[in-house]
Amino acid sequence: MMVDKKKKRESEIPTSSLADIAFLMLIFFLVTTTIDVDKGIGLVLPPKGETKEVSKKNITNLLVNADGKVMIDEQIVDIPVIKGLVQRKIAENPKIIFSVKTDASTKYRYYVQVLDQLKQAKATRISIAEPEQ
Amino acid sequence: MKFSKKSRAEAGIPTASMPDIIFMLLIFFMVSTVFKEFRGIPIRLPAARQIEKLPGKRNVAYIWADDKDRVSIDDKFVEIQEISRLMYDKCNDDIAPLRIVSMKIDERANMGHISKIHEELREAGGAALNVNYSTKTASK
Repeated sequence: MMVDKKKKRESEIPTSSLADIAFLMLIFFLVTTTIDVDKGIGLVLPPKGETKEVSKKNITNLLVNADGKVMIDEQIVDIPVIKGLVQRKIAENPKIIFSVKTDASTKYRYYVQVLDQLKQAKATRISIAEPEQ
Repeated sequence: MKFSKKSRAEAGIPTASMPDIIFMLLIFFMVSTVFKEFRGIPIRLPAARQIEKLPGKRNVAYIWADDKDRVSIDDKFVEIQEISRLMYDKCNDDIAPLRIVSMKIDERANMGHISKIHEELREAGGAALNVNYSTKTASK
C-alpha cells in the first residue's frame, strides 16, 4: 500500500492589508495619546526694586486672610462673587489695578482662587502685595 | 476622417510604499514625543478655570513647593536662598535659555513661604519673572 504524497500547496501571507493595519494602529495611537500639557495661571512678576506710585483711586485692594475670607472695599465677600465685582470695577475705570494681599498663613489655594477670579474677569493689571509677616 | 482611439492608459497609484511611509511617520512621532523627564515632590495642585497652556516643555524650569515649606528644583531639595542663583544661571544658559518658570505648589502651602519664592524670582529677574502657577482644571 502506498501513501500518496500530498500536493505541495501554495502558502503565502497576504500583505496587501498591511498598510491598512499600520494605518489603523497609527490613528489609534494618535487619538489615544494624551500628551500631558502643563497648564496654569500665568503672571509676570515685577523686577526687583521697581516701584511705581499709583493714586489711591486707581487701586483696589483684595485682602485674603488665613481663613480664605476676602475683603474688597471694606466688605467681606465670597470668592465666586469677586468676578462680577471686578468686572464692574473695570467697566467703571479701565485703569484700575487689583492688588492681592495675603496673610503669611493664607493657604495657596485661596490665593489661586482669587487670581482665577481676576483672570476670569479679564483683569490684566494685577499686583501681588507682600504678605504681612 | 476618423480619429483613431487612444489606447486606454492604466492609471493606478502605487501603494507598495505606503507602509514604509506610515512606519516612518510612526517612528517620527515616537522619536519627537517628549515625556516627562522627572517628577518633583508629591503635591496637591489647586484647581482653577481661567488657565493657559504652557508653551511646550522645553526651556521651562519647575519649582516644586509643598506645604512643609520644602522647595525642590530639578529633583533636588534646595534652600530658598539658592533659588535666585539657580534661576539666574538658567536664564543665562547658552544652549537652552529659560523662558518660563512653572510653579508647582501644594494648595495647602502658606503664602508666607510662596512670597519668599517670589522674592527670589524677582531677584533673578529676566525670564524668571514669567511665572505660571500650575493648576488642575476645575470641574464646572
